[in-house]
Amino acid sequence: MNLNELTAHQLLEMIRDRQVSQLDVLDSLRRRIEQVEPQIRAYVRLEGRGDILGCIDTSVDGFESSELRGIPVSIKDNICTRGYNTECCSRILQGFRPPYHATVVKKLIDAGAYVMQIKNNMDEFAFGSSTENSCFGPTRNPWDLERVVGGSSGGCAAAIAADEAVVALGSDTGGSIRQPASFCGVVGLKPTYGRVSRFGLIAFASSLDQIGPITKDVQDAALLLKIIAGYDPLDSTSVDMPVPDYTQALINDIKHIKIGVPQEYFIEGIDEQVREITLQAIEKLRQLGAQVYDISLPHTEYAVPVYYIIATAEASSNLARFDGVQYGIRSTDQNPGIDNKIIQMYKTTRGEGFGDEVKRRVILGTFALSYGYYEAYYLRAQKVRTMIREDFERAFNTVDCIVTPTSPSVAFKIGEKIQNPLQMYLSDIFTISANLAGIPAISLPCGFTDKGLPVGLQILARGFNEEMLFRVAYTYEQNTEWHLRKPEINGIPACNRS
Amino acid sequence: MEYQPVIGLEVHVQLNTSTKIFCGCSTEFGSQPNSQVCPVCLGLPGCLPVLNKKAFAYAVKVAMALNCRIAEYTKFDRKNYFYPDLPKNYQISQYDLPLGEDGFLNIRQNGNIKRIGIRRVHLEEDAGKLIHVSDSSLVDFNRTGIPLLEIVSCPDINSPQEAYDYLISLKQIIRYLGVSSCDMEKGILRCDANISVKRQGDSELGTKTELKNMNSFRGVREALDFEIRRQVKLLENKQRVIQETRLWDAQKHMTYSMRTKEEAQDYRYFPEPDLPPFIIDAEMQREIKKSLPELPQAKELRFIQDYQLSEYYAHLLTSDREIADFFEYCVKLYPQAKVLANWMCGSLLAELNSRNLALGELNLSPENFVDLIRLAQEGKVSNVVAKGVLRDMIDTGQTAGEIIQKKNISQISDPDALKEIIDIVIKENEKSVRDYLGGRENAIMFLVGQVMRKSKSKANPKAVLEILRSRLNK
Amino acid sequence: MAIDKETVSYVAHLARIRLSERELDLLSRQLEDIVNFIDKLKEIDILAVKPTSHVLPIKNLFREDKPTKSLNINEVLNNAPSQRDSFFVVPKIIE
Repeated sequence: MNLNELTAHQLLEMIRDRQVSQLDVLDSLRRRIEQVEPQIRAYVRLEGRGDILGCIDTSVDGFESSELRGIPVSIKDNICTRGYNTECCSRILQGFRPPYHATVVKKLIDAGAYVMQIKNNMDEFAFGSSTENSCFGPTRNPWDLERVVGGSSGGCAAAIAADEAVVALGSDTGGSIRQPASFCGVVGLKPTYGRVSRFGLIAFASSLDQIGPITKDVQDAALLLKIIAGYDPLDSTSVDMPVPDYTQALINDIKHIKIGVPQEYFIEGIDEQVREITLQAIEKLRQLGAQVYDISLPHTEYAVPVYYIIATAEASSNLARFDGVQYGIRSTDQNPGIDNKIIQMYKTTRGEGFGDEVKRRVILGTFALSYGYYEAYYLRAQKVRTMIREDFERAFNTVDCIVTPTSPSVAFKIGEKIQNPLQMYLSDIFTISANLAGIPAISLPCGFTDKGLPVGLQILARGFNEEMLFRVAYTYEQNTEWHLRKPEINGIPACNRS
Repeated sequence: MEYQPVIGLEVHVQLNTSTKIFCGCSTEFGSQPNSQVCPVCLGLPGCLPVLNKKAFAYAVKVAMALNCRIAEYTKFDRKNYFYPDLPKNYQISQYDLPLGEDGFLNIRQNGNIKRIGIRRVHLEEDAGKLIHVSDSSLVDFNRTGIPLLEIVSCPDINSPQEAYDYLISLKQIIRYLGVSSCDMEKGILRCDANISVKRQGDSELGTKTELKNMNSFRGVREALDFEIRRQVKLLENKQRVIQETRLWDAQKHMTYSMRTKEEAQDYRYFPEPDLPPFIIDAEMQREIKKSLPELPQAKELRFIQDYQLSEYYAHLLTSDREIADFFEYCVKLYPQAKVLANWMCGSLLAELNSRNLALGELNLSPENFVDLIRLAQEGKVSNVVAKGVLRDMIDTGQTAGEIIQKKNISQISDPDALKEIIDIVIKENEKSVRDYLGGRENAIMFLVGQVMRKSKSKANPKAVLEILRSRLNK
Repeated sequence: MAIDKETVSYVAHLARIRLSERELDLLSRQLEDIVNFIDKLKEIDILAVKPTSHVLPIKNLFREDKPTKSLNINEVLNNAPSQRDSFFVVPKIIE
């Protein structure tokens, strides 16, 4: 048994019982990263580092009684750590070292966690669903190295799946935690909007972004959320509500829980095996005592267009600050034309610093806000967003949670969709609505296709009812074994947990 | 042909909170560039704004004082444009739901009151400062994020003087509220003007130009003056006014075109997702309203009524809240309001002007000031001497009594003390004595003057006159 | 809706992004596809619907007017591509 393969709660027990020390965990993790990272590439900027496992800061007081006792946490490259590179896997932020920690990082350190200096790969600025849009190149799926890991938090999901990390924090704007979790066979949670502080998360779309855990099982997700959740005076959109002890919600019992299954999520175009496996999972939930109802979320088909207007519009504004004045790269390239020198600097810096997908989305978002189009696009999208929210409000009047596939497909081949942005956007079709409605959603493994690729089950609940997600997900997990399967990476044998 | 100017003013005022609008950085300027900045006001990635409660309350106060309709529901929006003094390349401002709308303020024109409409009042963040050197531009973000109030007037202003009076009145009101010094020379208040001219009686407006770069209220008046003449001349010569931005050159006394390609502005406003909306409910309105002080025009009316002051004195005394408060404090100690007003508008304001200081910066308590007036009124010191004493009091911080004693300048009314000087004067001015005795009544005044001179103004002139009369008429 | 190169050019200028001819071609085509797709929203009746800017019912979130520490100058300029005498330096802005 290698320590790196264990979950945080298993390790904590062993550390508490003094069977192992947190340094043993790090050693084991270090060896694993050295072993598989050349194939997986879940981390970025590993080259030329002395020790790949430095941590950013430690809490000095009360380590022995702390909640996380040196458990290593791996974080996505868009979460700020004071003094350490945070680049959103973008050329434009090359070398950027923030003079502040994200609030979640502070909370982790205060809880005794070991926040790793090296960060997880992602789609540039979290724009993407495959982690192919990273200036460092794609991360490869531990279950099939020819395939993508999903995105944008692909590095986090791959690191967890390949046991290169114990727990990880990603961010989710339209499915960026859940979809890669489902592609990699791990657990991913997007909390309610406002549950976790966004301070220090480099913004993609401010009204949709949320930080959340990516873990090996549901219990770890609850453990981590309990630590990172809560009101933050530095984030006006974080909510001042008590944080429950989510580990208390890990109840292996879903009798009389009402589960809604929206017909709109089993449409044409969904992978046949994904449909089969999801329906089997729902059947399993029924066997475990849940009451299953067919429900309707009638505006589901509009979620993707609404999302791509609102998210790109907000992004076009959020990314305006990357201009080569205060930090990051600055291009000195002059191009002939009518622009003055400063406009030229902006244009060449951003032209060279941003990758294709970033340019595409910033231009789309700028267009949606520009004169004469605001009402037709942005304002209309905000109104349809209201209708999508109301769909969920109505649904939650009759059911406790909603169960769907996380993604219409399993992990696709690297390069398969990169030339077709619209096709790529549609892979978020089942995850986007939760962000638009601001509600929490979790993805957990619920089976494998005949090619051995994982399928994810998504559970959604009412805002601030993460406990419902944990309860249903935990019950499912306790009564299945999908989460125990480990990938075999290119001849490196997998070691299944017992 | 008669032309009528149509002027609208857009005023920006920095509010004097201790910290910036969205972060805890100090608003006091450090000498070193980029020393009063933090990740939030620098717009560093991942950092988020949190609104300063006081800045918001101040803004609502101003909107109320300007008789605006206060928005029940207000919000912030992003105004997107690229400029190196704007760290996020968007400004957090207010677009379609400003916190105050449809207000007005009154100005006095030839004894009449004219109402100037206020279109909107909104809160936003200030930008940084750029310094242009030979090969590059330097950016200092210390000013970034200072709370800034934008006050837009309706195009109700019809002359440069009205514009000037509007600014004076606006400044007075805001200073009364204590939320800004409104010092235009220091850039605390900034003013741009939209101006067009139309033929008298025409309903259609002419093409307007936007004037920028004025650094004083006088500058605004002069720039408008120049611009009206320029526009009228163009029209008289059958030329067109071009819609453009023009800069005022205070040295050359003229406006000139910016001559940059002005692209159509496309600010792509949208609601700021990082800031939830703000609801100014009835209770909050009541609370803020309660905190409003009496405003200058109301105070002026009350001074006329309560103290029977002339309109002129009342206006002068209420031009500044500090002066008005000083006056009312003094009135409690010394209820002869007219005498007080006379002293304040005459001697005291003259001292302030000559020193270019505010009342609060002077070393003068109302108690000491009233003591001086009392001494003068009781004839303990002559009026002329008293003015000098006031100057000394301000210079040294001493009381009137101390100065009078030290300088030995208390007024002499005692006949025995005056007798000696009067004897000498009678002896030295036999001709005047003869003239007086010969029937020239006026000659005695010359003698009084001589006594005053010899006594270094300390003699009580009334007493001198009496003694002289009785001596010579014997 | 057709998205011509001129529109993309204008929007790229607003967004301050330099595009090569090849990028301009490709983006015009891709954006046209995307815009046609999002035009799907035009089929819904939204007349009586209020827009959602914030999913949460939060309002009036303030901080007190209390000073906090600013960054030290080294932290401010640490990441700067160009700096001089505590200032950030940018190409000269012609006015």
